[in-house]
Amino acid sequence: MVKLTIDGRQIEVPENTTILEAAARAGIKIPTLCFLKGLNEIGACRVCMVEIEGYDKLFTACNNTVKEGMVIYTNSKKARSIRRTNVQLILSKHDSNCAYCIRSGNCSLQALANDLNIHDVPFKEKLPFQKGSRKFPLIRDYTKCIQCMRCIQVCDKVQGCHVWDLVNTGSRTTVDVGSVLRLEESGCALCGQCITHCPVGALHERDDTEKVMEALEDPDKITIVQIAPAVRAAWGEDLGLKPEFATVKRLAAALRQMGFDYIFDTDFSADLTIMEEGSEFLERMKHRDTEKFPMFTSCCPGWVRYVKSHYPEFTDQLSTAKSPMQMFGAIAKSYYAQILNVDPSRIFSVSIMPCIAKKHECAIPVMNDAGAGPDVDVSLTTREVDRMIRASQIIPMGLKEEELDMPLGLGSGAGVIFGATGGVMEAALRTAYYLVTGSNPDPDAFKIVRGMEGWKEAEFDLAGTKVKVAVVHGLANTGKLLKYLKQGRVSYDFVEVMACPGGCAGGGGQPIHDGYEMAEERGKILYGLDKNSTLRFSHENPSIQKCYEDFLGAPLSEKAHHLLHTDHHAWKMPGEA
Amino acid sequence: MSRLSIVTKNEAQTTVEELYKDLERRVVASPPGLCPVDLATSFLRMSHAQSCGKCVPCRIGLGQLITLMESVLDGKAEMKTIDVIEKTAESIFYSADCAIGTEAARMVLKGIRGFRSDFVEHIQTGRCSGSQEQPVPCVSQCPAGVDIPGYIALIREGRYTDAVRLIRKDNPLPATCGLICEHPCEVRCRRTLVDDPINIRGLKRFAVEHAGDIQPPKKMRPTGKKVAVIGGGPGGLSAAYYLALAGHDVTIYEQRKQLGGMLRYGIPSYRLPREILDKEIRGLLDAGIKVVTDVKIGDDISIGEIRSGCDAMYVAIGAHVDRKIGIEGEDADGVLSAVEMLRGIGDNDMPDFSGLDVVVVGGGNVAMDVARSAVRLGAKTVRIAYRRRKVDMTALPEEVEGAIAEGCEVVDLHAPLRIEKDENGKVAALWVKPQMVGEIKGGRPAPVDSGQPEVRMACDRVLVAIGQGIDSLKFGEYGIPIKRGAIEAFDWSGVKNTEGIFAGGDCVTGPATVIRAIAAGKVAAANIDEYLGFHHRMKNDVEIPPVRLDDHNTIGRINMKERPADERKRDFKLMECGMTEEEACQEAGRCLRCDHFGYGIFKGGRVEKW
Repeated sequence: MVKLTIDGRQIEVPENTTILEAAARAGIKIPTLCFLKGLNEIGACRVCMVEIEGYDKLFTACNNTVKEGMVIYTNSKKARSIRRTNVQLILSKHDSNCAYCIRSGNCSLQALANDLNIHDVPFKEKLPFQKGSRKFPLIRDYTKCIQCMRCIQVCDKVQGCHVWDLVNTGSRTTVDVGSVLRLEESGCALCGQCITHCPVGALHERDDTEKVMEALEDPDKITIVQIAPAVRAAWGEDLGLKPEFATVKRLAAALRQMGFDYIFDTDFSADLTIMEEGSEFLERMKHRDTEKFPMFTSCCPGWVRYVKSHYPEFTDQLSTAKSPMQMFGAIAKSYYAQILNVDPSRIFSVSIMPCIAKKHECAIPVMNDAGAGPDVDVSLTTREVDRMIRASQIIPMGLKEEELDMPLGLGSGAGVIFGATGGVMEAALRTAYYLVTGSNPDPDAFKIVRGMEGWKEAEFDLAGTKVKVAVVHGLANTGKLLKYLKQGRVSYDFVEVMACPGGCAGGGGQPIHDGYEMAEERGKILYGLDKNSTLRFSHENPSIQKCYEDFLGAPLSEKAHHLLHTDHHAWKMPGEA
Repeated sequence: MSRLSIVTKNEAQTTVEELYKDLERRVVASPPGLCPVDLATSFLRMSHAQSCGKCVPCRIGLGQLITLMESVLDGKAEMKTIDVIEKTAESIFYSADCAIGTEAARMVLKGIRGFRSDFVEHIQTGRCSGSQEQPVPCVSQCPAGVDIPGYIALIREGRYTDAVRLIRKDNPLPATCGLICEHPCEVRCRRTLVDDPINIRGLKRFAVEHAGDIQPPKKMRPTGKKVAVIGGGPGGLSAAYYLALAGHDVTIYEQRKQLGGMLRYGIPSYRLPREILDKEIRGLLDAGIKVVTDVKIGDDISIGEIRSGCDAMYVAIGAHVDRKIGIEGEDADGVLSAVEMLRGIGDNDMPDFSGLDVVVVGGGNVAMDVARSAVRLGAKTVRIAYRRRKVDMTALPEEVEGAIAEGCEVVDLHAPLRIEKDENGKVAALWVKPQMVGEIKGGRPAPVDSGQPEVRMACDRVLVAIGQGIDSLKFGEYGIPIKRGAIEAFDWSGVKNTEGIFAGGDCVTGPATVIRAIAAGKVAAANIDEYLGFHHRMKNDVEIPPVRLDDHNTIGRINMKERPADERKRDFKLMECGMTEEEACQEAGRCLRCDHFGYGIFKGGRVEKW
């Protein structure tokens, strides 16, 4: 233990504790900006500078450790003055038109400048040139970037994509796409983790809310919206709602108030995915000698983009099943159009996703199998929907629960857990067990694949057939698994991959809380919903059963193939042969 | 009214003089990888500030060049801007009245010709190739990438054993390098910005001397793969050590009686004592390496035989063939190549130069080694004949000064002409031709005939130290590609058109340094391991101490001391003295910890495993 004094308070902390942590233990807040625990402890912004007795220089609190007998002043005249100057310097290169910034009210720089009582900047504003596409799902605002380096760190360390880097040197050093010139040409998975870890508004999703508002106002359009599993665990966060209150039924009420005609659940098509992907897996297992293993899940478009650009040799091992969002879109514009007895081209299909990559996925030219334009017309992030709720002047606290529409508004607990790491695997195993044995397993029999560990593995016995599975989340973990597979150091039958840490619960389209990772908490909400559900097996979902009976026939039928499966080679990632 | 007054500096001028010194050090310690266009523009700005303002080209032209270069840097220029810059700079170069203008313009022209592609990249893409990939100057300059800030921090805390263990992760020959490494790590040391570079080599030597015996780390599981290493020099030993640790079955084939290569047969023991070398080699062999000495590849055993008996082969035969000057009389009795002489000394076969007059031909480190060895072997006089100026010698300045201190005389600007024999065919004299310096070519002024009469240097021995070649003939016959005597290998050590054959060190690059050979051995070990189908990683568990906070107050560098010249020249014992504990602690405390402060903490500050 080390004894020291911070702002006159004597404390004792373990060795190698940072000054920042020691101060926090003493109840003293040292302001930070670039710091992100475990990920970005580089002292770049120089905001957390403190004065230490015996030294002329100031030192960063975030990445320097305490020593016995240290006497630290976090808010001395010198420390305050230097901290203010550094924040003013940052502001001189930041477009501070906060009023119309997407992150206004949720911006760490704005909060910091306010907290430090900064009302003027004595320096000439020097903004960099704006560049880059405004059409790509992920947009970078060069005039807002404060070079905190967090995006680079999360892309390197957590996602292993190495898209962002520092380019140029000296005064022109900036964050930009590293190896190529344009984001569209890079191996970006569109996971959006750089957005959710950006302290300011320098990175954001393409805002598609206007397209949706226009469709809602168009009397000829039938607007159908699907809500992804993970959205229900997070949509209330930005609106000041508690998770218990922010149920999917209250979201349905808000959407109905906005004018959506039909409100459905992606849980339904998650169940459909299980039927198709589970059957596909069992089919591949029947041909163990000729098929390549493992089979990979394909519901995460970030993962699909990643594998196609970083490890294209594994593309053929992706399940051909479409993602739940795309299955839903194809069903909405075929089966459901039939039920409504309308021309499917009148249907405007919207999805609410915790995801940036979904904006890319729904725009893939071949995702139009229902024959009425894109199967999903627009994919919105959770954040965009929250902004729409606010823009629609809806009072969130006043929302009453409303039922989703039927039959596509019904999903099983197995469908709900698609939103968390391990969920797809667990749901698939529940149904695969049934398909092999003819009876249901204990619904919690496969829960070992849950949890935040980056690379999980397990082996299960499906009526005499051993199935070795792995579950990874976060693309750096994924890259490692693929490398090991290539090197022959591991082997599996079935692998679930979710690009974002924690799965969709931690998706790049979810509400942003600077410094906090919410994926685990949100995942627990999803597992809670599954536990309390009366329906825990995809194959028992009556809407699914009816859809097969009335429309699709059986899993992997010709119609199912046409609508619910895709060719992953029908489009290319940059650099993909 | 006084007719004359004494020129005195005012305070401003005195301060500017100090700033010049600061700037000089800043230039020396410039980090690698910076944008060349940005730097050239900054140099130009300073040049412009130096303009007296009398003449148009310099006063106005340099300013316009700055504006043009800024437009390139800001991505606002067009391709034709490059031509405008070039034309303007040429115009300034041809028309400026004094060197302040002409030389500023020449620097711009040099840049536009030397890194035109960077100008183009700025214009076409709005960015440049500049990057900060090498944030820790010492580590990036060390070919083996040794964790220098890490081991200096350990020395500062008194953890000498850990320091050496950390070094051995990347360099298995710390004792050797502590004594004779040419320490490229110190060249761009960031401490230079404050005062002087850290004495890194000295600290390494100190750590080794105080670390005690260190066992090699635990070997990994045996792989059953056999690797043959041809050549037991620093490169071969390094590769063998890491491959053995990775669990491979390694055999070194060495042509001479003992291991060590140039460390034993090229470097005199007053720089690297044999007992230290022997101990270091024994320590490496403890990793479990088989050794076959006194075996001539191609004669005693064929390359094919070795190759077929192993799964992979590393060729590290070094450069041990002497080169001839190519002058008349070189065949005289008493003409000895540096290679021959040092080889003999390596096996304790000491020539007797008692009372003889010796002339050394050459200006490199090896020339100094043989000159200083000749002094120790009793020579009456030792003169070093060199065709350029003393300052142009490729030997390290301290080596030249050391030789002079020990009584050697440098006869510079004298080119060897012929060797005069006596009636018995023995050396009688070296005739040399006086030279004068001429035009600067490749950074050094070329010597030209000064027109003065030839000089006779009467002597009994001529020691020729003008470089070494590679004995690659047998390898060429086997089918390994050879280019100008050197083995052709990729930067990952693989040899083109062969299977499982790797090569590195002097036999690929030509004569270089021990640390380059070590680095090549390390690279080869990693890629041989991968080639054999493994992915072993070299790492260790030494925890790097947290930084000590510091205000960077200036403090001088502790240089190494040597035994008095008059004493050391009488024996072959180590001539350099080590640091004291107080000195090492102070010197280690000067390290700026670029692994923690600066870019290093963000990216590239530490490579924990390879």
